[in-house]
Amino acid sequence: MLLNVTNLNCRRGPKLIIANVSLSVTAGECIILRGPNGSGKTTLLRFLAGLSDNAGIKTYNNSIAYSGHLDGVKSTLTVNENLSFWAGIYATNNLDKVIKKLNLEDLSNNLVGELSTGQKRRLGLARMLISNAKIWLMDEPTSSLDTSTSSLIFEAINLHCKNDGAAIISTHINLNIPKSRVLNMEDFAVKREDEDDPFLKGSFQ
Amino acid sequence: MKSLILRDLRLAVRSGGGFALTLSFFLIVVMMVPFGVGANLDLLARIAPGVLWIGALLSCLLSLDRIFQLDWEDGTLEALATSPIPLSGIATAKATAHWIITGLPITIAAIPLGYLLNLETEAYIWLVASLSVGTPALSFIGAFGAAITVGIKRGGLLLSLLVLPLYIPTLMLGAQCVTIGSETPIKLLALVAAISLFCIALIPFACAIALRANLK
Repeated sequence: MLLNVTNLNCRRGPKLIIANVSLSVTAGECIILRGPNGSGKTTLLRFLAGLSDNAGIKTYNNSIAYSGHLDGVKSTLTVNENLSFWAGIYATNNLDKVIKKLNLEDLSNNLVGELSTGQKRRLGLARMLISNAKIWLMDEPTSSLDTSTSSLIFEAINLHCKNDGAAIISTHINLNIPKSRVLNMEDFAVKREDEDDPFLKGSFQ
Repeated sequence: MKSLILRDLRLAVRSGGGFALTLSFFLIVVMMVPFGVGANLDLLARIAPGVLWIGALLSCLLSLDRIFQLDWEDGTLEALATSPIPLSGIATAKATAHWIITGLPITIAAIPLGYLLNLETEAYIWLVASLSVGTPALSFIGAFGAAITVGIKRGGLLLSLLVLPLYIPTLMLGAQCVTIGSETPIKLLALVAAISLFCIALIPFACAIALRANLK
């Protein structure tokens, strides 16, 4: 078991977005979050990452890497400088291996500001690999990417899961990851009558 | 933490908005004073400690919003917040980098600028000492203001309003320490150092709470 969540309620500001989420993630597993816009996929991922109140979430080796909508890279630094920085933050020494794995060797001395969106996304993925984290939380990792870059990212996720890692991903694309299951966010959506705002309770009927 | 400090220094040099901007502003502000008050050497010598300290304070203020804002905008802060380094450690590293980029060059540049303002010879040692031990407080207090306003678009003005009143004790004690005729410069210097140490010890935790609230 890598992660266990019991009866998690997630709020965006004062509003309760999703309620009573319970899930457990084991090594090798990939959970795909599905649901329409506003259904709470990003909110759930942020809660799991510890960016919000994380009562009810138990991680068993405290090793989570989160990738949001932004890649967390500096445009005035080179690819190598950006990745060396993250290697220093995570205290890992797999930088050369990751650069090779993601075919970033030719770009390593280029400024990130000169890279395309897909190349920057690859850099964001490289940060996840550098972290050596067991659990990857990824929010729409393939948005605005072409098919080949998307498949590169899915291959990396697949490999991570095969190596006893786990991933929770929000995506609209079908992944071919063997041990994956879909979590439909609409199942946890808070209905109007469940809202706990005493002023709104019972109104608009 | 070391990689975070080194990265911030590299970014400051690379983007040109760090050392150069702060130093240029400090030079300009201080050099404007003789034009404003006239070439009265006695008057300049009397106001030099205050002018140099206010110049240092304003130059420091200029780059405060860059401490967390740029990392917030490109998603680095989110990634850092989920990294093994605690947020208080991140705040300490970033405030330290800010001090190296602003406080340290200001302390060095204050020596020739003191000459320009006819600062008394005996006061130089206290000027360098007070700026050396006082500017860390400016960076750490500023980091707290920056952490509170990180999610606010164009929060620079609010940041100034928040931070400037908190700078008053450091400014008063620091400038008084340099003033010739002050009977107890060493005691004043010790008080400035105490403010800095207090800020270094406690403000990173306050920054962590502010950043956590803004990241929610």
